[in-house]
Amino acid sequence: MDKRKERLDRGIKVRTEGIYAISSWRGIAYVLLPTLSFILVMLTLPLIVPSTTWQRIMTIACIFALLALSFDFLAHFVGIVCLGGAFFTGVGGYISGLLNSAFGLPMAITIPIATIAGGAICTLFLIPCLPIRGIYFAIVSLMYPILFHRVIQALNIFGGTDGLPGLATFPNIWVELYSIIPITLLLTFGLRRLVNEDFGIVLRAIKDNDQAVRASNINIAWYKTKAVYIASAIGCFAGACLAHLYGWVGLSLFALDFSIFPIAATVVGGGGTLVGPIIGAFILAPLSEMLRAFGPLRVVFYSLILAGLVIYKTEGLLPFLQRKYHQFERWTEV
Amino acid sequence: MNIFIFGLVNSVILALIASGFALVYGVSRLANFAHGALYILVGFATWLFLNRLGINYIGSILLSIIIVSAIGAAIYRLLLIRVKGMPASEIIASLAIGIAIMELFRWRGFISEAYMLPPFVKGSVNIAGVFIDWQRLIIIGVGLGMMLFLWLFTHHTKVGLSLRAIAQDKHASIMSGIEPDRTAVISLAMGSALAGIAAVVILPLGNITVETGYMVLTNAIAVCIIGGLGSWAGVFAGAFLLGFTEILTAALIGPQWQMVVVLLFIILTLILKPSGLLGRQKELEERV
Repeated sequence: MDKRKERLDRGIKVRTEGIYAISSWRGIAYVLLPTLSFILVMLTLPLIVPSTTWQRIMTIACIFALLALSFDFLAHFVGIVCLGGAFFTGVGGYISGLLNSAFGLPMAITIPIATIAGGAICTLFLIPCLPIRGIYFAIVSLMYPILFHRVIQALNIFGGTDGLPGLATFPNIWVELYSIIPITLLLTFGLRRLVNEDFGIVLRAIKDNDQAVRASNINIAWYKTKAVYIASAIGCFAGACLAHLYGWVGLSLFALDFSIFPIAATVVGGGGTLVGPIIGAFILAPLSEMLRAFGPLRVVFYSLILAGLVIYKTEGLLPFLQRKYHQFERWTEV
Repeated sequence: MNIFIFGLVNSVILALIASGFALVYGVSRLANFAHGALYILVGFATWLFLNRLGINYIGSILLSIIIVSAIGAAIYRLLLIRVKGMPASEIIASLAIGIAIMELFRWRGFISEAYMLPPFVKGSVNIAGVFIDWQRLIIIGVGLGMMLFLWLFTHHTKVGLSLRAIAQDKHASIMSGIEPDRTAVISLAMGSALAGIAAVVILPLGNITVETGYMVLTNAIAVCIIGGLGSWAGVFAGAFLLGFTEILTAALIGPQWQMVVVLLFIILTLILKPSGLLGRQKELEERV
């Protein structure tokens, strides 16, 4: 006998849609539980991990989470597949590193400047490519970090291949963790809010059908530029933080990892959810630390996991969890 | 003269590397990012057959090319077929497979100077005052031979004609009984074999390293983008343009600028004419 799986929304999910959610405490709890538990876990995670090494891994995971966030925002809400994560980290890191080492500005000034100015620089470079779509934009954005890497190497500027050592670092691990984690949370939920505002609706419309948006007399290029600025500013912030974490900027900030990892995190966590990539990054970063013992084999495992997920489990973790939370499943006879 | 001859060799090398990638993309619209991995796979396989199993040179070359084309076909039939039509997933999946293959070699310790294939004919020859080794001449010969073979294959055999038909108009060819999945498998097998042929003629010029794989992939993509994805004439035009640009940059400005110029070339091509010099893809020309 053939059976199929039937999925039905839970009653409480239907009851809590819209304003009626506040009519009962249970409804409020049902709506808020996932978000609050996510925030709580993120904030307490540094307290419960065993050692300083693991706390450092948490910070790195946050940096990657920010990059994944910007990738997810561009890919699933604006329809721009941008593989330029390394471009953002490189530009952000170098700006804050240069300001710190050449002018001796403190970290509290260099990081915001790197975020704002770096975002602007990255956007300026990406503007000419905005009309091209899909794979082609992906390839251009992948080429930019390699190009900058080679130019810095060839001109031997900004410290050349040695980089700029001796930058200011965070005073201790707690300051580092509890400044980056709240900012990550803030940006995540801020972006999630943004994509549901009018601005975000236009962006999603551009992703679905850009000609229709243009027919509505909306300047697509300007909207895309703003979206790219937001994403690249987030990426540059991540890069600037990374520079001050290590107290060093170098050509490795343009490394391919910063472009590839965010995609992997988005694939694992589930694209188009904004929170999913954060969860993905927090799974993958510790995993890659644990696999470090295997040497080069680590990359093999890593890419096999990625290929497997892309080919066999395209959904991602967060949509899966959401489905379990909102729906129940049962087998019914056909 | 020096620049001309080495530019020519460099261009033919690029054309050889890119032809497999272009074939796969042209027929199945699949950007095979595992191309570089298949290329070095042939190099290492040939080395293993030659030095570990003691098979003679020609035998091990043939064996490894057959194996790699089977692997290419299997990658498509078993894995990539599931993500067909989703460009981002195709790229991620094939790149991940490629990286897995390449890093597996790195893990097994294939990273020393010892991994070299012997040249087919040793020694060099003097052409118009330029000393050039036989291997580079063989590369030019093989490149020309392969162009001729591909032209004959795609114009005068049934399989080749069906590949061209799929590349030109998918729906019309499905209507006339050509199965797109079958042609895609064939194209991947052939593309991998082309990568293999390129590998066995080019690799004797230097060591076999894992980095070569990444470089081959970038070069193949560069050539295809500049020439225009899915256009044969474009591949050769792109290869010659890029090949001579590389050599000229190295000779006139300095070798460290070679990569910068190539990357600038790619970015400018994509910004100014995304379908490439000779490509005719309408959906790309339509800009917003």
